Amino acid sequence: MWSGFPLRPDQASTIAEGYDHLFYFETLIAIFFALLIFSTIFFFAVKYRRRSPNDRPPDIEGSVALELAWSLIPAGLLGIMFFWASSLYFENSRPPTEALEVFVIGKQWMWHLQHAEGPREINELHVPVGRPIKLTMTSEDVIHDFFVPAFRVKHDVVPGQYYSIWFQATKTGKYHFFCAQYCGAHHASMIGWVYVMSEVDYEQWLTHAGPSGETVAQSGARLYQQLGCVTCHGTGRAPAFNGLYGKPVLLTTGETVTADEAYLRRSILEPSAQIVNGYGPIMPTFKGQVSEEGLLQLIAFIKSLGNEERNAGKP
Amino acid sequence: MSTAALEPSIETHVHYLNVNYGIKSWLLTTDHKRIALLYLGSITLMFVLGGAAAVLIRLHLIEPTGALVQPETYNKLFSMHGIIMVFFFLIPSIPATLGNFLVPLMVGARDLAFPRINLLSWYLYIIGALIVLGAIATGGIDTGWTFYTPFSSTYSHTHVVAAIMGIFLAGFSSILTGFNFIVTIHKMRAPGLTWFRMPLFLWAMYATSVIQILGTPVVAVTLSLVAVERLFHVGIFDPALGGDPILFQHLFWFYSHPAVYIMILPAMGVISELVTCFSKKRIFGYSFIAFSSIAIAVLGFLVWGHHMFVSGQSVYAGLVFSVLSFLVAIPSAIKVFNWTATLYKGSISYDAPMIYAMGFIGLFTMGGVTGLFLASLAVDVHVHDTYFVVAHFHYIMVGGAVMAYLGGIHFWWPKITGRLYPDKWARFAALVIFIGFNLTFFPQYMLGYLGMPRRYAVYPAEFQVLNVMSSAGASILGVGYLIPLVYLFWSMRYGPVAGPNPWGAKGLEWTTPSPPPTFNFETTPVVTEEAYAYASEEARVG
Repeated sequence: MWSGFPLRPDQASTIAEGYDHLFYFETLIAIFFALLIFSTIFFFAVKYRRRSPNDRPPDIEGSVALELAWSLIPAGLLGIMFFWASSLYFENSRPPTEALEVFVIGKQWMWHLQHAEGPREINELHVPVGRPIKLTMTSEDVIHDFFVPAFRVKHDVVPGQYYSIWFQATKTGKYHFFCAQYCGAHHASMIGWVYVMSEVDYEQWLTHAGPSGETVAQSGARLYQQLGCVTCHGTGRAPAFNGLYGKPVLLTTGETVTADEAYLRRSILEPSAQIVNGYGPIMPTFKGQVSEEGLLQLIAFIKSLGNEERNAGKP
Repeated sequence: MSTAALEPSIETHVHYLNVNYGIKSWLLTTDHKRIALLYLGSITLMFVLGGAAAVLIRLHLIEPTGALVQPETYNKLFSMHGIIMVFFFLIPSIPATLGNFLVPLMVGARDLAFPRINLLSWYLYIIGALIVLGAIATGGIDTGWTFYTPFSSTYSHTHVVAAIMGIFLAGFSSILTGFNFIVTIHKMRAPGLTWFRMPLFLWAMYATSVIQILGTPVVAVTLSLVAVERLFHVGIFDPALGGDPILFQHLFWFYSHPAVYIMILPAMGVISELVTCFSKKRIFGYSFIAFSSIAIAVLGFLVWGHHMFVSGQSVYAGLVFSVLSFLVAIPSAIKVFNWTATLYKGSISYDAPMIYAMGFIGLFTMGGVTGLFLASLAVDVHVHDTYFVVAHFHYIMVGGAVMAYLGGIHFWWPKITGRLYPDKWARFAALVIFIGFNLTFFPQYMLGYLGMPRRYAVYPAEFQVLNVMSSAGASILGVGYLIPLVYLFWSMRYGPVAGPNPWGAKGLEWTTPSPPPTFNFETTPVVTEEAYAYASEEARVG
């Protein structure tokens, strides 16, 4: 029971240290103001204790100068906290483009994780040290939340939507991840481990772990054939996918949207919601026919087409 | 204090308690003072029930694998604790008891503007409470007090709709109380009682009432929509039906963040009364405290997004809500500094209500400064939905609001019952509560920083030490809460007679006998001086 009594969680990601600096700064400010108030009250309570029922305290109305001082000085400190915290948050809000991608699906009460290279895991995540990892997350049922204390990352995992977080581990080892959003009976059992491995160990793990030997994009390509998408999207009756991902798309409404994960997902499940300019509303919905996993595979496939073309275009 | 020669005996005058007897005279009363006591009895019962759930929660968490119950039961326990404490204890606590009792007395009126609506609000509260208790007794609710969708609207198999109905009714009780207070404060102030002569408790009640009226309908509608989705499968929040789960959070927190101010603003009002009385001084910076209440009420409506920093709102929305959340810290800090400055050169006595008040300032300050961590975007990401948040809001809502509530009850107890309680016991209880509270909740800050998520029925072994510490503290806290229950009951019969103004306090409520007669004042009082005129000559009652 006394085996570990740490005062701070492991620092195992690139952002953990910077995050902790801000945390310590805020702790100091908090202690300073708490002590200031406590000691002043204590001092006054002793110094000005009632000595006689006939004490006649002076009649002090207040002081605008003091009011300004104790509004503006804290306001300045709050400003520092705001800018510091917001810039950290903002800097880390976008995953680096070269990140390894892992797809995460939360469901009551387990985590399904699949690496872009193919291997699937349940309640475990193996990643290489020193490489940015991007998690693209969604849920099959209720809202979950993916939280790795040692990496200082957390985000809700919301049904019907994709959210991404990223981290870059700095130390090999084994770190807890938790579901942090209450999700029903076994919420507290929806936990697992991130295994941070050296590059060599990771490569070895990867070769042993991939049962199908198929990447997520390849699974998506197979699904693309199976579901018959190819009959329209491959023939010009419907928009082609090459280089589509991340590009602006002009709709029949005149509106322009970005072809991101959310757009692609919606176009599969509710095809008539956002029709690409120049095409008819001929696509049937695939709601109920494609699993969350399948959707992620199809999206990964479409993304890979974009990448191939972009890579091919490079000199 | 009182002597038999100076004070009239309690039995010699007709007052609101002895004017008539019998259950009917209570259940059909329109006297704001009796309604306040009806509320006092009912919310005390709810506090005991919610507290019992907390005791079981803390016992269960002594073991990492859960010492007491199955996870499903644990989830029902924390849901019961949250729903009862938030909607049926904290929100009505000070407004419905002390507010009901004191607003007419403080403005110098015979009653509230709408006495029968006041009684109606208690009935709505009681019916709501009975529905929720019925739902708990017949199987419980497992959504937490936050009812997040789509879990609550589609996936939970418990009595969600019944709980929502109960909360809906209690919400209307809260709206009616707020409405009554606003009209009373506007229209029924005694001659000479201008806005800036009002006790700060009235300013606080006014600001609270505005939030109750503007915020509560939103949560009522939101929870009704959950019920509609649950019963009729209309897609509102569940993406499988075409709804948006994040929308629920926006609507829910639009009320439920201001709801925290429904709890803490009245508490702040109480503290202003206590600090002045027990230092025999006018409040430092009256208008700054008064306007900071209004500022908190207004800003409080604009910070709900800080509950959603990790739930998928945009980065830019996060920035805006972060700035506004920091801003709300300033009027809160102004109050703390002004209370502290009021003590300067005062004549400070350590009567029990003052001990509670000083406890409030300490715990509220700690809750406040830890709120800064949660307003900071990057920091919040790590501590969001962990025990850090649990500790933070307990420091505000229990360390703050409940401390002030108990302080207020002790301060006005002689007025309410005409009797004094044993002050030594009361000071002892205040100390036990203060210590027990810190032992319970300070370890939870550390747990949260280490990464323990909230609402966990079982947890990894590395979190056990701090959990055991917290549970040990909770046993002290629990005893602390029981002590006042005993001596306050005792004092109703055996306490010495208090007299009209045992503390030498200012304010119209102290100018009428204790307990007050049914219509409060024999003649309409006329106010000739500012609030807290402790420096004027006629204040020397002590």
